[in-house]
Amino acid sequence: MSLLEVTHLSKSFSGLRAVDDVDFQVEAGEIVGLIGPNGAGKTTLFNLVAGRIPVDTGRVVFDGEDITGWTPHAIARRGIGRTFQLMRPFASMTVRDNVTVAAASSSPRLETARELADAVLDRVALAGMADEFAGALPTAARKRLELARALALDPQLLLLDEVLSGLTPAEREPLLELLVEIADEGRALLLVEHVMAAVMRLSQRILVLHHGQLLAAGTPDEVTSDPDVIEAYLGEEEQLAGS
Amino acid sequence: MSDAGASSRTGRLQTRLHVPRWVWGVVLALVVLLWRWTEVSDLAVTPAGRTIALQALTTGLLIGGVYGLVAMGLSLIFGVLEIINFAHGAFLTLAMYLTWVLADGVGIDPYLTLLITPLLMFLVGAAVQKVVINPAMGQPLENQLLLTFALSILIENALLLAFSANPRSVRLDYANASIGPVEFPLRIGGAIIELPRIVAFVGGLAVAWALFSFLNRSRVGTAIRAAGLNRTGASLVGVNVDRIQVLTFGLGTAVAAAAGVLVLPFLTLEPTTGTQFNILSFVIVVLGGLGNIGGALVGGILIGLTQEIGGLLFPGQSKLLPVFIIFIATLFLKPEGLFGGGAE
Amino acid sequence: MSTVLRDARGQLLVLAGLAALLATVPFWLEGSARTVMIRIIISAGVGVGWNVMGGFAGQFSFGHAAYFGIGAYSSAYLLVDHGISPWIGMAVGAVLAAAFGALTGWLSFRYRLRGAYFALATFAFAEMLRLVVQGQEWLNGTQGLQVPVLAESSWWMLQFSTTSPNYFLVGLGLLVVLQAITILLFHGRRGMFIVAVREDEEGAEASGVDATAHKVMAVAVSGAMTAVMGTFFVQVFFFIDPALAFGPAESVAILLPAVVGGTGTLWGPIVGAAILIPLGEWTSKIVRDPPPFLDFVAGRSGIDLMVFATLLILILLFLPKGVYGSLAERFRR
Repeated sequence: MSLLEVTHLSKSFSGLRAVDDVDFQVEAGEIVGLIGPNGAGKTTLFNLVAGRIPVDTGRVVFDGEDITGWTPHAIARRGIGRTFQLMRPFASMTVRDNVTVAAASSSPRLETARELADAVLDRVALAGMADEFAGALPTAARKRLELARALALDPQLLLLDEVLSGLTPAEREPLLELLVEIADEGRALLLVEHVMAAVMRLSQRILVLHHGQLLAAGTPDEVTSDPDVIEAYLGEEEQLAGS
Repeated sequence: MSDAGASSRTGRLQTRLHVPRWVWGVVLALVVLLWRWTEVSDLAVTPAGRTIALQALTTGLLIGGVYGLVAMGLSLIFGVLEIINFAHGAFLTLAMYLTWVLADGVGIDPYLTLLITPLLMFLVGAAVQKVVINPAMGQPLENQLLLTFALSILIENALLLAFSANPRSVRLDYANASIGPVEFPLRIGGAIIELPRIVAFVGGLAVAWALFSFLNRSRVGTAIRAAGLNRTGASLVGVNVDRIQVLTFGLGTAVAAAAGVLVLPFLTLEPTTGTQFNILSFVIVVLGGLGNIGGALVGGILIGLTQEIGGLLFPGQSKLLPVFIIFIATLFLKPEGLFGGGAE
Repeated sequence: MSTVLRDARGQLLVLAGLAALLATVPFWLEGSARTVMIRIIISAGVGVGWNVMGGFAGQFSFGHAAYFGIGAYSSAYLLVDHGISPWIGMAVGAVLAAAFGALTGWLSFRYRLRGAYFALATFAFAEMLRLVVQGQEWLNGTQGLQVPVLAESSWWMLQFSTTSPNYFLVGLGLLVVLQAITILLFHGRRGMFIVAVREDEEGAEASGVDATAHKVMAVAVSGAMTAVMGTFFVQVFFFIDPALAFGPAESVAILLPAVVGGTGTLWGPIVGAAILIPLGEWTSKIVRDPPPFLDFVAGRSGIDLMVFATLLILILLFLPKGVYGSLAERFRR
């Protein structure tokens, strides 16, 4: 059985089908890229899996348990961590406390949570900034903070919304390595990303979303040679070519 | 506070009068309810009961027009500045004292002060905005709320100092005159309708109409609407938003002042007279949709009716209780206001 | 706005030291000055209560008189009509206030009220309570309730002779308990969650925090704390009526110390109360008994509140984060 099984998932906003009958699976430890032109429904799909918005029809089964209709915090505690494209730090709290919140949500002892938070911060190379206020961090550090907060949940699945965008190539490399490392621990990664070169390199499998529908799925090579995908991306060729 | 300003900081002001059909349904329901009351209440199997019901209906309708006018000023200020002006009622009281001085001291007919009082209060409002409110524009909601609250304490107590707490009133010589065959106070089926209340209602609607025309037709009105829809957008097309905000605050205050002039002939005036208007206008503004000027007018009439009819249906309870119940229900069920939804 | 606090023990020590120092007050301060101190304590207490919801949880309440009134009326009613000890009334009031807060809070959050709308809803709830209580004969309507004066002092009935230091000491004790609860709450896990939800609700939910539950919890705790001071108020002043208990003026009086001192800071409300009450006292004293050059204000009611309002406006304009909040920010780095 797969770690995440999404079946016949649909969501409409005032008549417009943002996500339309989507099926896919993610295996434990797998890195899956979710791509598609702007407005294809990627973030909506994330929000559906994470419980942020209610699904119209379809099922989300995680680790053998049907989590459709669960609240976001329950899903987070069950083992799905996520980051936000528009980052959402707790601005007036320190970096350490930001991560401690996530760690403490499933640990009754605050001290244990603090230790876990420090360990996670160390991993994402933010330990040096642990006492800074999150609101004062530069973009690259904030991206790491988002990742750290998600990791502190000790998740089996990470939903990463554009963790690489807005970073310089130099900032990107170490983060890519970190993501591979995280996957090697057996955690699955589902990433929405605009930086095509990175997704193609990182992902074992690619899902292509277009007009809310799953247009194609397969290895990076299969997907990039799929005529339907090329057609869908016609307007955005430069992007596919790799930015 | 992170999410002090509800969802967005733009797109609040609505300056069209649009009365959805169901509003008439509500009014009809209120009337039917009232009629039922005359049939079941002990008091009311008698003709006297019908008279009381009719009196409540007319009083509620007529005062509701004035409530609507006061609330329009408040809603306008919220629509453009996005602040909750807790001093709105105090400005109204100030305007009433101004009129009282002009009428009682100088001897001008109170209705003639409609040409003076609102103008002076426009200047007061504009000055207050520039000196006190404007520096706090970027501050969190609670600071703005307290600032205007402090202003209201300041105004109320200045009035107390200047005029003492003795109730004042202005009486019209011609309140009981007759115009042709029509004799005042008007009697309809036993209900008594005083001339000043009719003047207040009609005058209120006239001022409301003037405000609508000004906002929708004049150049300054267009600028105000632009600033009320999108502050940055307005400044991009060359609207001086700071000045518009000063102007809007003055205008909103002047509208309240006009309402103050209109109600003075049938109310007794004390430094705290505006408080009740203040609270009611908040209820009405939410009912009509924050920033929805037309909604405020219709909401005012609905609240006027609710207050009077509610007072009959639940004797012994405060007239305000049904008003607040409606208020809470609106906040929960239709926070965008009863007339919102269909965005412009 | 504060960050999550680290050193609970240090803060508790400061509190203990402050309490020890203040406990000596009734032994060298008497008469009206002591009454002023008691009023500072009440103001600080309700401010500390408000701050949990309005400051730390970021849910601005413009209707905290609801909780104050529930506390005041619960104990006053039980005492006046049934002769039940105010201590029990205090507990009952706190529980009722927490329940009222949880219910209205939950409803407000369920219907996604925020910002101005939320503030207006809290205001409306308090006003509704005022109007309902006004109409209740068993609560003596608009007349209010009067605490019967006992022949002798009694700890159990929380009544002492007017010269006794005990009123002050009881008030101080209550304030210390409320402040200690705040310190412990916001150095702990739950308090951290409450602040996280204030900072970013969606981010908190994604971190596994039940945002609604923690907001409701903050409202309930805040309500209960404020209710406790409501009971104490009745015992000190022997009287309560609907306007005094539930009126808008009380709602503002409750939020002022926190706003003047600094919302969302641990010591803001106490600093705010220590500034506001003497300020109000001083302005009304000047009117009663003005210095020679201010002769003309003698006995003119209104001036004191005008001065008060003006100072409030100045504080809001020039120290928008509150006195303590602005200072704390300056010294933080």
